[in-house]
Amino acid sequence: MAGIVSFGAYVPRYRLKRMTIFQAMGWINPTTIMLAQGEKAVANSDEDSLTLAAAAGIDCLAGMDRSAIDGLFFASTTMPYLERQNAGIIAQALNLGENVRSADFSGALKAGTSALISALEGVGSGNVKQILVLASDSRLGRMGSPQEMIFGDAGAAFLIGDKEVIAEFKGSYSLTCDFVDHYRGSKTTFDRQWEDRWIRDLGFDEFVPKVIAGLLTRYQVKLNDFSKIIFQCSYDSERKNLVKMLKVDPAKVQDPLHGSIGETGTAHAPLMLAKALEEANPGDKLLVVSFGSGCDALYFEVTDRIAQKNRGMGVQGYLANRAELTSYPKYAVFRGMLPVDIGLRGEADLLTRWSLVWRKRKAVLGLVGSRCKRCGSPQFPPQRVCVNPDCGAIDKMEDYTFADKKGRILSYTGDMLAASYDPPELYGNVEFAGGGRYMCNFTDCTLDDLKVGAPVTFSFRRKYYDEKRDIHGYFWKAVPQKEVA
Amino acid sequence: MATGIRDKVAILGMGCSKFGERWESSAEDLIIESFQEALADAGIEKKEIQAAWFGTHIDEVNVGKSGVPLSTTLKFPFIPVTRTENFCATGTEAFRGACYAVAAGVYDICLALGVEKLKDTGYGGLPATAAFGQMQAMIGPNATAPGLFAQLATGYFAKYGVDPALGKKALAHISAKSHANGALNPKAHLRRPVSEEQIIHAPMIAYPLGLFDCCGVSDGAAAAIVTTPEIARSLKKQGPVLVKALAICVSSGEEAMFNNWDGAHLETTVRAGQMAFKEAGIKNPREEISMMEVHDCFSITELTVYEDLQISPRGKAIDDTMDGFFDLKGKIPCQPDGGLKCFGHPIGASGLRMLYEMYSQLLERWPEERRVKNPRFGLTHNLGGIPSTNVCSVAVIGR
Repeated sequence: MAGIVSFGAYVPRYRLKRMTIFQAMGWINPTTIMLAQGEKAVANSDEDSLTLAAAAGIDCLAGMDRSAIDGLFFASTTMPYLERQNAGIIAQALNLGENVRSADFSGALKAGTSALISALEGVGSGNVKQILVLASDSRLGRMGSPQEMIFGDAGAAFLIGDKEVIAEFKGSYSLTCDFVDHYRGSKTTFDRQWEDRWIRDLGFDEFVPKVIAGLLTRYQVKLNDFSKIIFQCSYDSERKNLVKMLKVDPAKVQDPLHGSIGETGTAHAPLMLAKALEEANPGDKLLVVSFGSGCDALYFEVTDRIAQKNRGMGVQGYLANRAELTSYPKYAVFRGMLPVDIGLRGEADLLTRWSLVWRKRKAVLGLVGSRCKRCGSPQFPPQRVCVNPDCGAIDKMEDYTFADKKGRILSYTGDMLAASYDPPELYGNVEFAGGGRYMCNFTDCTLDDLKVGAPVTFSFRRKYYDEKRDIHGYFWKAVPQKEVA
Repeated sequence: MATGIRDKVAILGMGCSKFGERWESSAEDLIIESFQEALADAGIEKKEIQAAWFGTHIDEVNVGKSGVPLSTTLKFPFIPVTRTENFCATGTEAFRGACYAVAAGVYDICLALGVEKLKDTGYGGLPATAAFGQMQAMIGPNATAPGLFAQLATGYFAKYGVDPALGKKALAHISAKSHANGALNPKAHLRRPVSEEQIIHAPMIAYPLGLFDCCGVSDGAAAAIVTTPEIARSLKKQGPVLVKALAICVSSGEEAMFNNWDGAHLETTVRAGQMAFKEAGIKNPREEISMMEVHDCFSITELTVYEDLQISPRGKAIDDTMDGFFDLKGKIPCQPDGGLKCFGHPIGASGLRMLYEMYSQLLERWPEERRVKNPRFGLTHNLGGIPSTNVCSVAVIGR
């Protein structure tokens, strides 16, 4: 029976207090004071929906064998590429190999649950064994808008399979409605929406009960049979209203994470599901409802294997890995909303040479180097002639993945001269556990976090953005490991 | 059996332009300025030069590629001109080409000339280029030279347990010493003495290097005319100054990719030094070298080079520095002309500018206040690239 084999999440380290937003932008839209509570997770300047999804995928696959994965679905409404498969970039970053079915799911905030249903049914068909489903978003509201207050950035991941599942898929029910509460055109950066009252009173009030009723009828279950109701609704008042309308015990309603992360779009229902699984017990029945251009409702039953799972950070772990972003302008610059001067060095024209990217795809996207079969020395970038001076063997190399290795700092600096959206530019030499070394950027840290000998792990990040050609380039950066609460 | 370069080539004449922000001058003007001085010093005519080596590093804001810019600027009569480029060793590499041609007996008189016009970039520091190729440009950090060399300081301080405050003080002494020397030199770009206090409290460029830990950025050119010792003796009363050693050492990838480099020294400098001392017949560098111009792109580079060239014992360069060992009146004056610190680093010119200083000192041409007493061997050192991956040159000239 198809179901969830593993799950993971990713919440970016930086959190922006909504009052910080209000203090900066409340002057233009004073009513946003109503929303100025709690905080939201915001992607770092080198993160986007693609890296958020990759990070959630890595979390989901912690300690798991990737060789059986033969599918990758990625859902987001903020993918960096319209043409060039975003899922394909992530598949390479995760070193899933070529023999993988992949697809990008987009166009609606329910795309995350739609990707999940497709994966569950795909595995159920027997044609694919395991599909990794990723959902993430990093949506933008205009400066000073309510959406800016509400939206947060995060990713969620599920490994779908039909063996050793921790939650069995019992079925789903879907509605498709061209109900334009929010929309973005293909040339639009910022979210636009219609009136809140209409979205609440006609949208949520009508579609959520309807999709739930459809599912209950189809599978002959009662709402009270479920241990957790996980539904996506960006309005906290409307959530309360729906709880009343549906006559469910408020204790069974999954926390929407709005106060700590924000409304994460395509990722949101999956993210809440991940959090629910972190708290679930064997036998729990979970109902998941997404909202956006209609609704998907999914029905899961948690198995006995739940206790042995969840070896990654998960929602809870990443929530604890927190640093406050105290500057609103810095957030605005990170998200590309404010043009800033990063100096003439930042204007250097970096031409992406696609034929080179293709040849070096394993190294650039997957942080795969080589290991000498004669002397055992790992090396990055991959070499043909062994770098060990006592070896020097030619063409005795095998692929060797560095992305999952830990490392330690050999040297570091904080460079005020280099072009950077978050100066000083932090970089240094790192040595991989087990051998090999490389000079790379440090991220999610400050200069004070860097010490010679300090431990690091590696994170897939956006390395550059070529504005002239709309190219997002990706590579790996070192993240100093900090104690989290 | 190869016997090396020692005593096979003499320097007949040298020239060096004024270094600085030469807003009024293009590379062509700097070429002519250094060439005219070298030609007059050699006491020969242009037509006697049989071949030339032309050192320039950056194409984009300089004169472009090939030997053409040198030949057409000086109107050489269709002689061979070879462009050399080898990072910061470019000028020394041009000198090496000219010396080897004379030593091989192919030509009697050759020119080496290096130039760089850096002040047409529109900003401070070196221009950002894909110096290590396109892949590195895509995946590497947005690094600058200060940030790359600053890591030598964090690595060195960690390895030897140096308190960063003490480390900063030693680095400040190195820069203050060079500023004091440069203040005496009319051809230097920066001519103001700077105190250790000012240096320590200057704005941070790349931790832990502050503004005064970084060398200047300037325009300049320098030239050498070389010949055989026999011809030199027949043409000139003074000298001759002879080439004792010319070493180039290039990283193997070991420092960057294998696990045995400590990040606190420059392996190429260790090896280039060993090669050069062997070629020059120098057994004890600390006792035999009279003076040095080393590649002080940053104060920390100079500090580690003291050790890499076997002048200071490992981990003891700070002690020697604080003892004044490398000051103008110390045991081995280092950067008697002010170094890259005060001359800036027009890349193609720097190696030849250093040789110009050693050559002039060996001929005792400078006024008393900046003269090195009774020098025998002068050493020059260049290091181009980054601490883990670089090109190093060491040259020794003497009497």
